[in-house]
Amino acid sequence: MEIDINKYPTTNAIGDYVRQLMGVEHKLLATVIDYSMAALGLVIFVSITALFLVYAERKVCAHFQARLGPMRVGYHGILQALADGVKLFFKEGLRPKDSDAVVFYLAPMIPMMATFLILSILPFDHHLQVTDLDGGILFVIAISGFSTFGLLTAGWASNNKYSMIGSMRAAAQMISYEISVALSLLLVVLLSGETSLMKIVYSQQGTVADWWIFKAPVAGFLGAVVFTISSIAETNRGPFDMAEAESELTAGFHTEYSGITFSMFFLAEFMAMFIASALVATCFLGGFLAPQFGVDALDSLLILVPGFVWFLIKAYAVIFVFMWIRWTFPRLRVDQLMAFEWKFLLPVALLNLVFGAVLVAMGWIL
Amino acid sequence: MENYTIIPFMTVLGILFVAGGMIGSWILSYSSPDNEHKNLVYECGELTIGQTHVRFKVGYYIFALIFMIFDVETLFLFPCVRIYNDVANGLIAGLSISTVMVELVVFFVILAFGLLYAWRKGVLKWS
Repeated sequence: MEIDINKYPTTNAIGDYVRQLMGVEHKLLATVIDYSMAALGLVIFVSITALFLVYAERKVCAHFQARLGPMRVGYHGILQALADGVKLFFKEGLRPKDSDAVVFYLAPMIPMMATFLILSILPFDHHLQVTDLDGGILFVIAISGFSTFGLLTAGWASNNKYSMIGSMRAAAQMISYEISVALSLLLVVLLSGETSLMKIVYSQQGTVADWWIFKAPVAGFLGAVVFTISSIAETNRGPFDMAEAESELTAGFHTEYSGITFSMFFLAEFMAMFIASALVATCFLGGFLAPQFGVDALDSLLILVPGFVWFLIKAYAVIFVFMWIRWTFPRLRVDQLMAFEWKFLLPVALLNLVFGAVLVAMGWIL
Repeated sequence: MENYTIIPFMTVLGILFVAGGMIGSWILSYSSPDNEHKNLVYECGELTIGQTHVRFKVGYYIFALIFMIFDVETLFLFPCVRIYNDVANGLIAGLSISTVMVELVVFFVILAFGLLYAWRKGVLKWS
């Protein structure tokens, strides 16, 4: 059945289904149903993804270091993340004295807000997206800078010197790497001429060679690499985890956070990783589109797999690369980190954008 | 514009998600009896000396300034980059792709000179 996407504010298959089931036609009621379904879907998605990512991180890390990782709770430790979550939920939340109570408890909300905002415009499938903003890319650039505030306020409110230094470093690092994130997203806008994430995915229809990573010779690949590297820095993961360098700063900006407030930061961090890899998948790897190789027998099989499965496969493949990088490289020094962005990544991203402009102008897009 | 109502909605959802977790945890969690060491600032077993909210290194401020320049520049680039493909396909009358490309490159050259200037002045050095 064809769904009229312009009729209701969200393009959400779950919302559509529930609305039809209840036979709702009234616009306001339909909007309420759409939004509550979107909220429910996202909350469930965030919880499951975070649990899975924590488990995956520990297992991948363990196997990179020739260990087994969690093995006791459930089959091969599969319930470990859930057990940890329950434990954190029942822990007492401590707040150091002389800390700023309001800001201290507001800080974990900001990264979570950013997480939900970006998740709400990610296209999971043809009709599985909360809403499609016209300026999706601009929205992503704006919101990704938002979680910096959470880290900064967390460190400031804790009244702890480790937190303070950690949050300052985090802010400096995140704003620096945000520029190369923005520039590589601009490259995708330049190549496709679209700003909404859904339209960017549709601009990659065809075979695998039509994905932007391959379609624009060199520029697409370089853009994807720059985006991946700067996303790792932007999400404060190793080897760029200056903000929470355990050996120097205890735990960085969340030193004083415990229990549920800590787990909210933890959750937001893992979701930021998912969002970064989902953006790589959306912008460069064809999003939810099934890979097509131009071989009819294979293509007709691959297209049977639902779009959101492809989306998750691509996103998790990029997440695996993130983990691979984290557990392979040693941590950078803070001056190396800044030099790497301003003296290498930024010039490369700028030149790459010019190169992309030349490619489009000359019609050299494959 | 209707799509944008999702922004306040998702903002509230994010706040409620965290606040709900905090309240639930506050109700359910075990609270150990208060003592004078319980709420001390963590400092590897020492007592904290002096203020935390002190004046901070100026290096961070300078990087924030350069960030501002480049972030605004991204915003300037955005409309140009958005129509670039349409111009290349001849969808916009009265604009040739060579003009737009040259203008884009000129913008980048000016920007690159700015970066080079900051570089030469030693602003990008973290010390």
